[in-house]
Amino acid sequence: MLLVLGRRLANVIPTLLAVIALVFLLFSVLPGSFISGMNEDGRSTIDPAVMERMRKEMGLDDPLLERFGKYVAATVTGDLGTSFRTREPVTKMLSNRIWPSLKLVLAAMTFAIAVGVTLGFLAALRPGSWIDTASMVGAISGLSLSQFWFGLMLMYLFALKLQWLPSFGYGDGGLRHLILPAIALGVGPMALLARTTRAAVLDVLNADFVRTARSKGMSERRVVEWHVLRNALVLVITIVGLQFGSLMGQAVVVEKLFAWPGVGSLMVDSVFQRDMPTVQGCILMIVLFFLAINTLVDLAYVVIDPRIRYQ
Amino acid sequence: MKSWSWLAGAALAVLAFGTAEAQETPRKGGVLRMTAPYAASFGSLDPHVTPRAQDDIVNKAIHRTLYNWDTKEGKLVLELAKSVSVSADGLTYTYKLRDDALFHNGRKMTADDIIWSFTRIMDGSKGYPAARYVRVIKGAVDVEKGQAKEISGLKKIDDFTLEMTITDRVDPGYYFFAGSTAILPKEEVEKGNFASNPVGLGPFKFKEHIPGSRVSTERFDKFYKAGKPYLDRVDVMIMAEAAARDVAFRNKEIDTSILGPAQYVAYRADPQLSKGILEVAEMFTRSMHINLSSIKPFQDKRVRQAINYAIDSNLIISRLVKDKAYRATSWLPPSAAAFDKTMKAYPFDPEKAKKLLAEAGYPNGFEFEWTTSQNESWGLPIVEAVIPMLAKVGIKAKPKLVEVTVLTELLMKGEHQSLIASSLTGPDSLATLRCYYSKTPRTACNYTGFNNPEFDKLLDDAAQEGDMAKREELLKKANNLLYEEAPVWFFNYNKAVLAYQPWVHGLQANPTEITHQYPEDIWVDAKSPAK
Repeated sequence: MLLVLGRRLANVIPTLLAVIALVFLLFSVLPGSFISGMNEDGRSTIDPAVMERMRKEMGLDDPLLERFGKYVAATVTGDLGTSFRTREPVTKMLSNRIWPSLKLVLAAMTFAIAVGVTLGFLAALRPGSWIDTASMVGAISGLSLSQFWFGLMLMYLFALKLQWLPSFGYGDGGLRHLILPAIALGVGPMALLARTTRAAVLDVLNADFVRTARSKGMSERRVVEWHVLRNALVLVITIVGLQFGSLMGQAVVVEKLFAWPGVGSLMVDSVFQRDMPTVQGCILMIVLFFLAINTLVDLAYVVIDPRIRYQ
Repeated sequence: MKSWSWLAGAALAVLAFGTAEAQETPRKGGVLRMTAPYAASFGSLDPHVTPRAQDDIVNKAIHRTLYNWDTKEGKLVLELAKSVSVSADGLTYTYKLRDDALFHNGRKMTADDIIWSFTRIMDGSKGYPAARYVRVIKGAVDVEKGQAKEISGLKKIDDFTLEMTITDRVDPGYYFFAGSTAILPKEEVEKGNFASNPVGLGPFKFKEHIPGSRVSTERFDKFYKAGKPYLDRVDVMIMAEAAARDVAFRNKEIDTSILGPAQYVAYRADPQLSKGILEVAEMFTRSMHINLSSIKPFQDKRVRQAINYAIDSNLIISRLVKDKAYRATSWLPPSAAAFDKTMKAYPFDPEKAKKLLAEAGYPNGFEFEWTTSQNESWGLPIVEAVIPMLAKVGIKAKPKLVEVTVLTELLMKGEHQSLIASSLTGPDSLATLRCYYSKTPRTACNYTGFNNPEFDKLLDDAAQEGDMAKREELLKKANNLLYEEAPVWFFNYNKAVLAYQPWVHGLQANPTEITHQYPEDIWVDAKSPAK
């Protein structure tokens, strides 16, 4: 277990450095800057002298390598810089956003696992039945849906027509405001999980060891609980891990649509306004989250499948 | 739409609306749920840090500036001063400040606060955006450059009398009504967490900020306007997505919403929603800037006029912009004092365009590059509609798509041949027209590289003229000359549209920015569902 953990952590540092370098270089070659972006569709004007001073204050005139060096040195100490836009520390801005993002991602994944795995399991246990057909049609639809469109439909149905839930916002941070964005975000992973679970369970159900268990007279329930579930879980956990890790990055559209105050909406705003320190901070946070979840998934393999422990 | 009378009618309707509102008795209490539609977050709640329209929506509730825009009067009025006297040379303003304006921490505002706030803005190491305004005060530049610690043009006579000496004969109201020049309490700013806990002079106190979601404010009982504010609370909800705003508005979760072209059509067609629409010609002119030094044909006035004649702007406004714009008849917007109401827009006349092109030596037309963003009201969809119109007179336009953030940078560098954009064109007509003054560099705002001695003289004379009526007359002439010279394709003035719920009263059709409301004047009746 510790060896697996050590290996994973050793991979994290170069990955992070590569991401930082990539994002830094990308934003350095992109046209436009934070200061020119302040014009905001002609709604604000900045005069050249102020722009000059701001460029100096923000260090935008420094050579690229010098800026990169300073950024990496500061990042290592946990200082992600100061936002061009708000002039606040990026770490402070991220700390305000991380909990709403985590909450949304956790809720979306809970929905995806609860519905997706259950549907996939039921579909696999009764292949060709109406449950199988309906859940797979649902899964394919879920995979094809645009988050934006689906989110709007949820708003229309549950907020406007049925008046059950609020259509947008964070409210007091309670469950009512969380439900719709979580479903909108979770529908994609839910669909993928349903299909993966079905395929994995069907695969295991046809395996020799399952046939052997049945021939020994083991009850179907026991076969499923002891053999099928555990073996199918390895593949399901892989998908859960990958989806979970990438969900924070995918939340951008949903967060913006539902005015959810997460890292994704902060990142989009910062990209449009070329607020580089904040964009870098957001991407770093999303990548860290992805790597952390993947490490946890690797550790989960070890727990679930003893064969991996001995490799 | 087709003529100026339509716009005048709309203005009258707005005026009539305001009068009808005024006859009702405002109700105390209630909550107003406004929306901030321009981004998915606020930049900063420290008004000196941000020049953004999005942030000023909140600033109007929490903070106050020396002047305000009075929508009903259509002019700037004193806000934190009771009166002002001007010296004979028009350069020294003596303000009698309000002696009843309290900060939310209970301290009375004095002349020291104005001096401190303006001095802070001129801190050269910070690059505060409002430095462009404060720089008009004598000695402000010295502070910006670090050559002085105090602005010599600001003198405290007593706690409630302030003398301000400016460098040009301009109306300081245009400079000190912007939210980024708000007067702040030094002791609160120096605590170091002002953006998280702003304290101002406005009618509402800061209560809560959930970054990326909303700002909540509550009534400040000691606000200096008697009986105001009416509301208990103002919440400003961040809602950058138009479709989501639409659902939330129809679901009565928000009280105001900015409408885009598609929603404008839907709301106008709806018998209920159409009753709650506030429209105004905002001070933004949408145009194609023609870089006069880029290609030879653009140097000829007849070619530029031909472009204006060749484009059926009315058709584009009605079909593509869904009538959510007023046809531009010149550079200055209709709310500008120097706007000439008798002006008529360039008519759609392709034959005249061809004739002008032939006279200019381009009977077979020419080719140019047209830089544009994706904006639905003044970007690629418009350019794509115009291209065939220009082609019919022989002009071939090649679109070049860039991100909206890049537009200003391109304009400043002057690397464009032509570029379609939205420009702030008010309320200060002199400052607006200076964007075409030959000595104004491209980096400031002379994006076309316009250079016309007759125009320069008109502006010089206007700047020297102490009589405001005469000054406006000179500016009107300059604006008309600009129309004649056509350094841009005059497309439209933005028609800002604010939808509001039937229980909301006292909203103003503010032409400087319709989302910038003065919440002390707004009230909600008992039908409001907000708690």
